[in-house]
Amino acid sequence: MRRCAPGAPRMSRRIYGPFNRVEGDLEVQVEIADGRVAAAWVNSPLYRGFEQILHGKDPRDALVYTPRICGICSVSQSMAAAAALRDAAGTTEADNGALAANLVLACENLTDHLTHFYLFFMPDFARADYAARPGFDAVAARFKAQTGSAARDMLPARAAFLHLTGILAGKWPHSLALQPGGTTRAIEPQEKAQLRGIVAMFRRFLESTMFDDRLEHVTELDSVAALQRWATSHPRSDFGCFLRIAAELQLDALGRGGSRFLSYGAYTLHGVPLFARGIWDGGPRPFDAAGITEDISHAWLQGQPGPMHPLRGCTLPAIDNAAGYTWCKAPRLDGKVMETGALARQVVDGHPLAHDLAADGSSVLARVVARLLELARVLPAMEQWIAELQPGAPFCNTTEVPDEADGVGLVEAARGSLGHWLRIRKGRILNYQIIAPTTWNFSPRDAVGTPGALEQALVGTPVSADAASSAAVQHVVRSFDPCMVCTVH
Amino acid sequence: MADRLNLLWLQSGGCGGCSMSLLNAEGPDLYTTLDVAGIDLLWHPSLSEASADEFVALLQAIVDGRQRLDILCLEGAVMHGPGGSGRFHMLAGTGRSLRDWLADLSMRARYTVAVGSCAAFGGITAAGGNAVEATGLQYDGARGGALLPAQWTSPGGLPVVNVAGCPVHPGWVTDTLAQLAQGELGPAALDELTRPRSYTDHLVHHGCPRNEFYEFKASAEKPSDQGCMMEHLGCLGTQARADCNIRPWNGGGSCLKGGYACINCTAPGFEEPGRPFTETRKIGGIPVGLPSDMPKAWFVALASLAKAATPERLRRNAVADHITVRPSVRRSK
Repeated sequence: MRRCAPGAPRMSRRIYGPFNRVEGDLEVQVEIADGRVAAAWVNSPLYRGFEQILHGKDPRDALVYTPRICGICSVSQSMAAAAALRDAAGTTEADNGALAANLVLACENLTDHLTHFYLFFMPDFARADYAARPGFDAVAARFKAQTGSAARDMLPARAAFLHLTGILAGKWPHSLALQPGGTTRAIEPQEKAQLRGIVAMFRRFLESTMFDDRLEHVTELDSVAALQRWATSHPRSDFGCFLRIAAELQLDALGRGGSRFLSYGAYTLHGVPLFARGIWDGGPRPFDAAGITEDISHAWLQGQPGPMHPLRGCTLPAIDNAAGYTWCKAPRLDGKVMETGALARQVVDGHPLAHDLAADGSSVLARVVARLLELARVLPAMEQWIAELQPGAPFCNTTEVPDEADGVGLVEAARGSLGHWLRIRKGRILNYQIIAPTTWNFSPRDAVGTPGALEQALVGTPVSADAASSAAVQHVVRSFDPCMVCTVH
Repeated sequence: MADRLNLLWLQSGGCGGCSMSLLNAEGPDLYTTLDVAGIDLLWHPSLSEASADEFVALLQAIVDGRQRLDILCLEGAVMHGPGGSGRFHMLAGTGRSLRDWLADLSMRARYTVAVGSCAAFGGITAAGGNAVEATGLQYDGARGGALLPAQWTSPGGLPVVNVAGCPVHPGWVTDTLAQLAQGELGPAALDELTRPRSYTDHLVHHGCPRNEFYEFKASAEKPSDQGCMMEHLGCLGTQARADCNIRPWNGGGSCLKGGYACINCTAPGFEEPGRPFTETRKIGGIPVGLPSDMPKAWFVALASLAKAATPERLRRNAVADHITVRPSVRRSK
């Protein structure tokens, strides 16, 4: 990995890390030529070994361990584990339980989008690097880390929104409420009213502060041109502020990634997802999970002779693998690098704005807009799910986990496609493999040397010689909303 | 008025969930809570602007004694593996293990606080065979002495303050920090595992909404049943030390209110219960883990009496997911 292209002009290397305002630990090494990133290597420097922890456990215990892979995607992990157990048991969820699980997952996903925008992503525009730009003082007053006014508006709205999970799942993060047969907490009639109130308050926050507009109007934006017109007419909103900055800094040209997107399909009820399952590779393509493999050639791992499907894969540390530069595996679909996340979800689902934004591939702008588009699209669905809850009807079907079975749980976390692959033998977990969204996005090179999604997206990013922070690199990395504790678990 | 204290927050072998839970602080929000408590955030991984070189320079200044540090918070376990090298968690950009950074920083910080059961005892990260050699800062499970020796005290005169929980309640952290800032957190305020007694003097059982079911041994049999979960579903609320059912989570929740068992997540070793988490181990039909401080003979006697006296209402409601039999109305003449 430390090769330099011979004769390349003004080549230098730089290590960025530790990256903060991402979930977990991250180091990025770049090779710089002529003031731009020429190549990048992404390192996930923390290994905990959940797959080894799970080996030999009672399968139901996955519901305790896997949420604790990640404090920010905890419900997504619960949901994937419950889905894998349900698949293994060959049972179904109670209708109320499926609605409640979708509500709790949506609450987490929207909370994560909100947290990313206000706490992780926007504060970079209040960096001193941008002090000379017009309008900087207002941006800094609003979004400066720790002192900006936006976080003081957002934190109470976030905490109040999570009361929904307090009712439906006891607490967030790390709930045991999501089970293979549904959820453990049945709702009383008046609690439907409470849930409606919580979602209504969050709608108010979004419509007053984030958008200064009805969610339905944001959802209807169908092209980049329409988005630009909207930005001009909603300058007071935080989204409008971002769009103005994005236009000035040309964030549509920054962090350009590929055009291959993956989504497992999100918020399924009665077998029908709210956001479609599939892949996008120049056009809609069917998705077959059998085409997923993980490659360990550039990871500090051992035990796989080559790329393997996760049901057969293994995760064993090997710190001395000389070709390794990260603990992260390299997942591929039919051998190809995929980008996953809100943008992928919206592209695969066919939202016209997402399609227009990603017409020439993903970008910092497209990734951020897709997250906020989801805030607008998912909240009305939550209102509908609450209306469909039927107090008095079951929330949880009885499930017997068999002694011998395989199971797969595929869900969409905030950051994208999350899969759990489970093999049960003699009533115990024989193998449990997890591929998290950021494992896809922050994948290292594979055996043929193809870099992962972020490694590709960083190429071409301008790097100023003097600024230690290199704001553009930070924008690109954070535009993926990485979750490193999920990536390597 | 005590001087304001600054706080540095680091993460290692954990999930970041304690930070996420901390952000749930409300009435007031986290920033305001810390501000009025007299605490200034020197750096936090989710909240601060400084990244990469700027942050490493800050750490170095603390180690060199050029930057004062009052409170060092660690979230996540200390990673000693593989083979004692610490290389399962290298601090990005420094080529040095976070364990080694922590050893230096804890010598400088006036107080050191372990946030969550991983940082306190090893926690979930130490589950399985603990192949990653995870420990807490000052405890390896229930045994004193880990990265820091058992008898160690910080320059401020306290052992590592173990705000255990998986995750922590935001109030456990903010109360502890506020007491530290006011000089009100002395050794007597910590329990036998140096956890703040403010929440570990309670049992999860206190205020449990299922208490009436417990009293009459009207037990839940499957997930979503309303009855007591001690007899069949693995609940450890009568032994677990925390105030979860007195101090609400996320508005009004708790594990018990959410319909699932307490797994005793504030205790060392909770990650390996030696049985499936949601199944009660019994000998002769009697749960192995009895309520704290309860003599076995009395428990058996009271339980059999209570079972015999269980009202029909509780017997039926215990195995339903909603109230099917209402309390009766006593009519006055």
